[in-house]
Amino acid sequence: MATKYTVKDFKSDQEVRWCPGCGDYSVLTALQRTLPKVCEEQGIDKEKVVVVSGIGCSSRLPYYMNTYGFHSIHGRAMAIATGIKVANPELSVWQVSGDGDALAIGGNHFIHAIRRNIDINLLLFNNRIYGMTKGQYSPTSKFGAVTVTSPYGTVENPFNPGTLVLGSKGTFFARSVDTELAVSEEIMLAASRHRGMAVMEFLTNCVIFNHGTHWEISGREVKADRTLVLRDGEKMIFGKDRNKGIALDGWKLKVVTIGENGVTEDDILTHDSHADNLGLQMMLADMKYPDFPVALGVIRDVSEATYEDGVRTQVEEVKAKARVHTVDELLHSGSTWELK
Amino acid sequence: MQHKVIDVKDVVIRFAGDSGDGMQLTGTLFANTSAVYGNSLSTFPDYPAEIRAPKGTVAGVSGFQVHVGSQKVNTPGDYCDMLVAMNPAALKANAKWLKRTAMVLVNEDAFDDAGLQKAGFSGNPFEELRIEDRNIIVAPITKLTEDSLKDSGLDLPSIHRCKNMFTLGMACYIYNRPLDYIYDYLESRFRKRHPEMIEPNRKVLNDGFNYAANIQAIANTYTIEPDLRERGIFRNITGNQAIAWGFIAASEKSGLPLFCGSYPITPATAILEELSLHKNLNVKTMQTEDEIAGICCAIGASFAGNLAVTTTSGPGLSLKSEALGLAVMTELPLVVVDVQRAGPCTGMPTKTEQTDLNEALYGRNGESPLVVLSAHSPAHCFDAAFTAAKIALEHMTPVVLLSEGFLGNGSEPWKIPSMSDYPAIKPRLVTSDGSKFHPFERDPETLARNWAPVGTPGMEHRVGGLEKTHAGVLSTQPENHEMMVRERAEKVARVVADIPDLQIDGPETGEILLVGWGGTFGHILAAADTLRAEGKTVSRIHFDYICPLPKNTEKVFSGFRKILVCELNSGHFAGYLRTRFPQFNYLQCNKIQGQAFLVRDIVDAVNNIL
Repeated sequence: MATKYTVKDFKSDQEVRWCPGCGDYSVLTALQRTLPKVCEEQGIDKEKVVVVSGIGCSSRLPYYMNTYGFHSIHGRAMAIATGIKVANPELSVWQVSGDGDALAIGGNHFIHAIRRNIDINLLLFNNRIYGMTKGQYSPTSKFGAVTVTSPYGTVENPFNPGTLVLGSKGTFFARSVDTELAVSEEIMLAASRHRGMAVMEFLTNCVIFNHGTHWEISGREVKADRTLVLRDGEKMIFGKDRNKGIALDGWKLKVVTIGENGVTEDDILTHDSHADNLGLQMMLADMKYPDFPVALGVIRDVSEATYEDGVRTQVEEVKAKARVHTVDELLHSGSTWELK
Repeated sequence: MQHKVIDVKDVVIRFAGDSGDGMQLTGTLFANTSAVYGNSLSTFPDYPAEIRAPKGTVAGVSGFQVHVGSQKVNTPGDYCDMLVAMNPAALKANAKWLKRTAMVLVNEDAFDDAGLQKAGFSGNPFEELRIEDRNIIVAPITKLTEDSLKDSGLDLPSIHRCKNMFTLGMACYIYNRPLDYIYDYLESRFRKRHPEMIEPNRKVLNDGFNYAANIQAIANTYTIEPDLRERGIFRNITGNQAIAWGFIAASEKSGLPLFCGSYPITPATAILEELSLHKNLNVKTMQTEDEIAGICCAIGASFAGNLAVTTTSGPGLSLKSEALGLAVMTELPLVVVDVQRAGPCTGMPTKTEQTDLNEALYGRNGESPLVVLSAHSPAHCFDAAFTAAKIALEHMTPVVLLSEGFLGNGSEPWKIPSMSDYPAIKPRLVTSDGSKFHPFERDPETLARNWAPVGTPGMEHRVGGLEKTHAGVLSTQPENHEMMVRERAEKVARVVADIPDLQIDGPETGEILLVGWGGTFGHILAAADTLRAEGKTVSRIHFDYICPLPKNTEKVFSGFRKILVCELNSGHFAGYLRTRFPQFNYLQCNKIQGQAFLVRDIVDAVNNIL
């Protein structure tokens, strides 16, 4: 029987040292608020929760959590989290990585964790910049981004973490913005319920090196028109006046206005994160401003066998059939001979 | 001519052929037959990196050498008493290993114009190689195998695949080996999937045996009496298999599940393969996406309370360097096995070397000391892996265990030990006493920290690659950093308390001390024996523990005027010893050819000094 926890139980005694106004604070708060709910709902004791990170500003997060924590090396948090989960599948494993940590140096581990569908909840902080090393472009920086290592603009395309996850047949992808605490908590709870690899992208602000990078969609004045919070069974309606929506136009999506050109609410798509078909979810994850609102909430959440279950089941099957149960028996198994 | 049976002390036989000729199996069966007969033996496979190099070329020659003795043999042997060459390329590649008195058995059918040309011969191959004075037995092995199986109903490719059994039958006749073991092998190998192959193989084996008995060319046969001094139950074991089993034994003794995260790499892969077979014994294995993930998964598993290991070879060790530093910094138990191969970079993947010692000792950024051990024979790999795991768990440190391709692929008979003879392993696991857990507070004696794996109630704490205080709080305070650096080094140094003293083979003082580490053990031992037989006085020590060094090292060295450090590199261990004990004069015997020492190399080096 799990104890009831409060937000305080998950706060460590360490002083949080992110820059004032950093978007990371809000994700930390959302996590500290969500974990008591997760523990209560799923009967998890606090010592079963572990937060693993790589290197970067966001990867400092484990020090601020009063749980088991591992602040590892650049890009490798995914592999370390994988080892923890396989060693003890009972644990609730949360990983924190930035866009550089997860998608540049850690890109290989990222796609393979998705492929294995191991039950890890990844909080991917995407501020589109290397903050800790003072402002170099990252694999999610926009094409042409001017930074200290690209003074004339980058000449490479960014990754969209959502399409990367879905392209690898990921079983869970959700997105939030640092300014949307409630949505952040909502997707964290959904991720904790999901069995398998859950990637949550948080569009975060870096006040020093990439200030306002997401404001064109998340600014208080514009967010209603430029973001769409997806919820299962709900129509994909957005806008200040709740009169815009997403509809299908052949094989593509389009933005329509209810009441214009004969469009009614019936023409608006209804969200289904549990649909196995990736096509629509891929298009939703790929929606970009200014042509579309950016999709927030849980975009995909499907159930598939998990890696750690596969490992556990196989071990049990092998054990059930095995004739060798001790090392002494192992040493005498197979071909041996006796000299008398 | 009168047939003679000659009793010999030991023989070295080299089976060589095309990669697809089944020479590894032939050699293994001959070795196992000899082991079951009661002989001492040592084997070494020498195979190309290519799975199937162009047929008939020297590049594609696969060899297997076995040294069989009536008393303890310590090496696979320098030169061979008999060479089996299934084609001209195999003869060409191995002629230099023939003793003056050697017998050469060749498959005549492969010595046609095409075969000779592929191997680069223009005339008589024996004359070109200047081995025409050896005892050469030319047998049409392919044709004889075809004749033997003409009524078997098998197709020609299947028949040709049996010709190694004909060769094996001949070798068994020449060395008076009983065939029972091979019959049993064929039975168990083919019973389930290909029962139709049992009888043909058996028949070819017998026909080869009888053919050898009938031809005039074979005047004498040989016996190697069994070594009856050591009794007990034996098995053959390779170094890679022994490492895997040593870890499983440590897992059982410590009561911790075993986790291995690895990426395939020659010649270490067989350890991962072997561990993957034994999930019934609390083993979890992960073939990860790369070398770095292998060690990082293992570090994660260690944080979660498993006995964690990762296995690799040279280039893989380079990739693991940063993560190894993380294990140093977080002071988590971890064993990294490096089955060394010829480098640098990809080097010569299937060839043996001892060139990763410097990397194991120093190959990380910052002050990052760790324990370095080595294995000295295929069977010793079991004890080395067990000990590496025991030290890691009891001293909360990463351990690098150095093996070598020569040990990993080599095999020897092993008197099966009883686990009751192995010491307990006591991991430093702790549970909450109600106070706040300070993860880096140390045991006053060993300086090892305590281990509270994820999931331990009331012990929540954070670890990581950043410098911190004993309480686990991040710190860049200058004095704290220096203190932690010195404590981590001192912790490794204090492992010495668990390390046995060096045992000197020979007098405790004298003119010359032979020093070795790792897989050169057998060759240096055999060299010492040879020198003594020549009337010289030599002493010998062998290091299984490299960092820290055994506590009597300095005292042992002080008894000798000359210290000769023999190793398969340019002098890594000699250089290391110079930094530790600069007062002594170290001479070197080095070889960097991707090959084991010849006993002769060491004997000559000593004779040049004395």
